[in-house]
Amino acid sequence: MFEATELNDRNRRAERLWRWLFGMMTGLLIVPVVLILGVLIVKGGPALSIDFLFTEPTDGMRAGGVFPALIGTIWLVAVALLVSVPIGVAAAVYLSEYAPDNWLTRLINLCIINLAGVPSIVHALFGVGAFVLFFKFGISILAASCTLAVLTLPVVIVATRESLQAVPQAFREACWNMGATRWQTIRRVVLPNSISGILTGVILEVSRTTGETAPIMFTGAVFLLPFLPQSVFDPTMAMSLHLFVVSTQVPGVPDELPYGVALVLIGMVLCMNALSIAFRVYLRGKKKW
Amino acid sequence: MPGSRPHAEIDRRNADWYVDKLVQVTVFVSGVSAILFIIGIFVFVTIEGVGFIANTLDFGEFFGSPAWRPTSETKPTYGALALIVGTASVTGLAMLVAVPFSLGAAIFIGEFATGKVRETLKVLVELLAAIPSVVWGFIGLSIMNPLIIDVFNVPVGLSILNSGIILGLMAAPIMTTIAEDALKAVPDTYREAAEAMGATRWQVIFRVVLPAAKNGLVAAVLLGVGRGFGETMAVLMASGHSVNLPTSVFDSVRALTATIAAELGETAQGSDHYAALFTLGIFLFAITFLINLAADVVVRGIRKGK
Repeated sequence: MFEATELNDRNRRAERLWRWLFGMMTGLLIVPVVLILGVLIVKGGPALSIDFLFTEPTDGMRAGGVFPALIGTIWLVAVALLVSVPIGVAAAVYLSEYAPDNWLTRLINLCIINLAGVPSIVHALFGVGAFVLFFKFGISILAASCTLAVLTLPVVIVATRESLQAVPQAFREACWNMGATRWQTIRRVVLPNSISGILTGVILEVSRTTGETAPIMFTGAVFLLPFLPQSVFDPTMAMSLHLFVVSTQVPGVPDELPYGVALVLIGMVLCMNALSIAFRVYLRGKKKW
Repeated sequence: MPGSRPHAEIDRRNADWYVDKLVQVTVFVSGVSAILFIIGIFVFVTIEGVGFIANTLDFGEFFGSPAWRPTSETKPTYGALALIVGTASVTGLAMLVAVPFSLGAAIFIGEFATGKVRETLKVLVELLAAIPSVVWGFIGLSIMNPLIIDVFNVPVGLSILNSGIILGLMAAPIMTTIAEDALKAVPDTYREAAEAMGATRWQVIFRVVLPAAKNGLVAAVLLGVGRGFGETMAVLMASGHSVNLPTSVFDSVRALTATIAAELGETAQGSDHYAALFTLGIFLFAITFLINLAADVVVRGIRKGK
């Protein structure tokens, strides 16, 4: 009575075939990248050492370490966060807690999508025109970080808005019924309940900011600098630009040096992302509602 | 009754009330800042290019001539055709690589994979999307380049093929994520209804899920194209960066974005060359704006339909 008919068999075969095909496609997407990462590790591994991280480049960047670039990247990321996190979180609070469903809100959302879609080199042109020349920051950490902050603003806004909206509406209503103002509700109920989601977004932004190259090339990062930046008005070296420079602009660089720089850069970025993912998984397990 | 005041006269404007209003204004200004930044980008990029567009630029030359010679002493020419073709050919090849694979991967992750496998794949795709473009460029330069020279026996490995594959690998994780979101947005009741009618898994996917998620998938592809158009460092390092109209995938090309990145540092502020680079920027801004707008309209199409 329950024997498989010919049609059942055919369907089952077809399903297996499709499953296998789509699985293959997924594999072909991931395997080459894993192989490439493997090559990076094998070729760049020998260049890595504590000295590599903590010494300056020598011999016209053909030897030595990446210390000034590492410090420069930390400066750039830190200043960019100082600019973008307050604006981004406030914007997300507006969109999640205040904004009515009207044309203005739709326009803001459209602009956020577009801000994320504008090519990074156009952000660079904007940075040169606005921060370097118009606001007269010059080629400096401040100009580069402001450019990066505008570029990564959508990351903070979208992540924060999502985690604010995940707080159940009943929490807010309970608080309002106690006579709290809107801000008291946001400050005491909404933000504490979504702070970890916001942090996840901020970590993602750090990772994104670390890797960007084009927006800082003309606004604050330079090829080689004999000293470490002392203030936000100094130019600086940066890991991402350093990788570009040692792999294309300097002749006679030993093979393993750019691999080492690439490995350090990709290590920083992937660690940040892994941290953000781990954080999210941990949160999902902890959620009370 | 004497002594009782009308309700309306109670003044609630204590310190908390003022703080609340202040916060409301602050977050509103921050919310609107996204609009201001888009306008700012448009204004600051346009201001540097607009005089050049009005006085020097010949539109016929810009769109029709492949001769990009802004540094010529005798007669500089600003033909962007080769750059536009370069960007288009690299993006086109990248989409040829990325679209089938990322849609396939999205279907596998969204519809076939379950439990641990699914979570692992999603995390992997997310990590792939995080690799910086300058690292991709370096991979094109130092790993793909010798590989292509060996495999295809060609003299140069920095070509449309190289940068197309690199850009495809870059765009695929992002497209996979967006496409998977689009599949997830299809209500489970659709799948259950189809399965109750006796449809097999692949029939459910092809006849029910994919048609229902069509708009989201189109938006995913559009955003991938936008990303390809705007990518700078990877294309700069892997495409060979020579101005010519390509005849095969093994030819070197130069992209719009890469031209700005390579030449902006060498130009004097205010010169024609400098303004010409900003003109390329205006062009890029306009194209990506239109692509993003189109993606938004397509996505909005689904919401209206429901």
